[in-house]
Amino acid sequence: MHKLLTDSPGKEMLLLGNEAIARGALEAGLSFATCYPGTPSSEIPEQFFRISQETDLYFEYSTNEKVALEVGAGAAACGLRTMVTMKHVGLNVAADPLMTLAYVGVKGGMVIVNADDPFMFSSQNEQDNRFYARLSGLPMLEPTSTQEMKDMTIAAFELSEELELPVILRTTTRLNHVRGAVKLGELKPIRTKGEFQKNPFHFVTVPAVSRNLHKLLLEKYGKAAARSEGWPENRITGDGKWGIVANGVSVNYARDAIRELGIEDKVRFMQVGMSWPLPRDRITGFLKGVDKVLVVEELEPVMETDIKAIAQENGITIPIRGKGVGGFSKLYEYDPGMVRKAVADYFGMEYKGRAPVDLSDLPQLPGRPPNLCAGCPHRATYYAVKKAYGPDAIHPTDIGCYTLGLLPPISMADYLICMGSSVSSSCGFSRASDQKVVSFIGDSTFFHSGITGLIDAVHNNHKFTLVVLDNGTTAMTGHQPHPGVNAEAMGIERTRLSIEEVVRGCGVKDVHLVKPFKVNKTIEAIQASKDYDGVSVVISEELCPLFARATGQMRKTKPFRVNYDKCKNHRDCINYLACPAMYLQEEKVVIDKNLCIGCAVCAQVCPENAILPVKD
Amino acid sequence: MDTKRCVFVGVGGQGNLLASRLLGEAALAAGIPAVVSEIHGMAQRGGVVESAVLMGDVTSPIVSNGEADVLVGFEPLETLRTIGKCSRESLVITNLQPLPPFTVSVGQGTYPPVDEMMDLISGKVSRVIALRGNDLAEEAGNPLSLNMVMLGALIGSGALAVTADGMKETISTSTKKAFLDSNLKAFDLGMKSAG
Repeated sequence: MHKLLTDSPGKEMLLLGNEAIARGALEAGLSFATCYPGTPSSEIPEQFFRISQETDLYFEYSTNEKVALEVGAGAAACGLRTMVTMKHVGLNVAADPLMTLAYVGVKGGMVIVNADDPFMFSSQNEQDNRFYARLSGLPMLEPTSTQEMKDMTIAAFELSEELELPVILRTTTRLNHVRGAVKLGELKPIRTKGEFQKNPFHFVTVPAVSRNLHKLLLEKYGKAAARSEGWPENRITGDGKWGIVANGVSVNYARDAIRELGIEDKVRFMQVGMSWPLPRDRITGFLKGVDKVLVVEELEPVMETDIKAIAQENGITIPIRGKGVGGFSKLYEYDPGMVRKAVADYFGMEYKGRAPVDLSDLPQLPGRPPNLCAGCPHRATYYAVKKAYGPDAIHPTDIGCYTLGLLPPISMADYLICMGSSVSSSCGFSRASDQKVVSFIGDSTFFHSGITGLIDAVHNNHKFTLVVLDNGTTAMTGHQPHPGVNAEAMGIERTRLSIEEVVRGCGVKDVHLVKPFKVNKTIEAIQASKDYDGVSVVISEELCPLFARATGQMRKTKPFRVNYDKCKNHRDCINYLACPAMYLQEEKVVIDKNLCIGCAVCAQVCPENAILPVKD
Repeated sequence: MDTKRCVFVGVGGQGNLLASRLLGEAALAAGIPAVVSEIHGMAQRGGVVESAVLMGDVTSPIVSNGEADVLVGFEPLETLRTIGKCSRESLVITNLQPLPPFTVSVGQGTYPPVDEMMDLISGKVSRVIALRGNDLAEEAGNPLSLNMVMLGALIGSGALAVTADGMKETISTSTKKAFLDSNLKAFDLGMKSAG
């Protein structure tokens, strides 16, 4: 049994933040869940995926976030409690349905979990998605601990049903990936079916309908604002004259700072747990009792700006500051030491923290960037493309493990903005320059948002080669299935789509299927695409070895070794491939037989045929 | 209640996330409030993996530079790279056995000699426990039990309120049965080398 199905109310468990959200959803009677995976949100749907195999919960990995939200909207319209999870940039993809779903509303409670990623631990930007609450008019809740992640998820479902609006639960990486004690509550039964009541003059958003719906949204927004005033996590503690306001993970930093600085009796502290709509009256009351205010919030000065506006409306002229105090900026994460120092600075206290050790005498340390795994098929495909096209082609790339092709010695990533941009930006590159263009996209990303760009490329007669790196899974985020997955091997019932058929269906005439571990044949196929006057697609098929191992699809192969009688130390193997199974020992290449999976790519690259399978 | 901040650093695959989770579970079982923070994502791809366990009167999940009471490094180069988390008062527990990054293999840098790195570390903090962790894991019968060796050394250092019995109880209930004997043996070997 999945640990989150533990039916022992009152029991305390150490849960990951994302597990706490999943547990909260189950305690709220979650019946339907969808997502597209994305760090730091991925462990929420990972729980649902496994739980759906043991219970009546419906769960799907949707093609992308827009699809996930729309699938969820249909279920919520039927009255089922629905959760849709995504990372912050995923909400950009889902922004189109989000904005009008706010008009249409929901019948069953719907919680949209949005995971922001300050510092960009695994993201392309650190946009602040609190703006999406303001843009859409939807309520937003921001928990501060694992316990609150569970409790607020339940509260979010109730609020959603009460207002008939989706509610956004916003987290940041530090909350998604923190483990803490969570007290379990009762699990609610799962409803398998609801019923849709037709009402086209509410649900079909033609202009005449939407004019009414916008009004309805504003009415609901008014109700949400009233609820925010009494929201338990919009909590004020202390009655000192120094005002501190914080949200999300920063609530911990601020509370710890107040205690560690010993200023509990001087401070009035406000946690903003329901951050949209803001509790304006409560904030006004808070401002009236203090001499000055410090706002502790990561990323954009969202609360700071609003609190200043609230003060202005109420004729309050006390200093209100946030960004610019101490180390507070729009960049990256805050940390406990930074917050403690900013609090001390702002309120004029003497403070000396523990000094970090002196780092000035540290030598230059070799980097340890993440690397493609030993036996990763992407490495072989990159090698073949470089052999066929040389170093000058432009390589738009995409989001997945293969983005690591950025690093030397592969160095084959030139442009990336978002999921799917490899294909569409190639259209622009190939039209606007005379340079050769070979772009890379993974299989899951291809289904997510590569197809529309490919149709554009064919229709508008662009000329480039797209390499689909098909490793049979969504590898980067933890081996989730996608529409092209071998569902049988994963033990799930899904219909498998063929990338080749999709590509041909998009009108591509020049399609090459390659097995990248067959190095010469792969180079030949890619060579052939070079002369084609139009869009070529190379589908490079080989399973991610980690996924293959986990799903029992790994072929038995022997690891390889270097025959030093033949090796002339050209080092083509290590210099071109940089496989982590290889290292130098006394100026000779050695293959670690525990890491080598026997892909044999290095053996085909070696000009002396000096790399051979290990003898028994 | 005393506040203790521990930082764990290692290389993907060395198992430091499991070690920090087990320490958090053992603290919770002993009635010590604890938060554990992890950074996922690149762990399986040979990158640096950092986690933290904070115990006692603290709810912030991360440790600022200079504020670690204990730094547990699973690999000597990574211990040195993370030394900025420490102050003069910190305890450093480190494995001495290197796992060179591939940048070194392809000549983009040189791996500093371990004794030089250890001299640097020893000169900066109040106390260092250094051990040949991989050898001890081998001796315990499972090369993958390095994380248990390091946990053993951490508990053996006496820096935390979590007891050896409590930690072993958590290891017994929360790790795979097939590895239980070697895990407990590795833990004991780690404890002994810290004593």
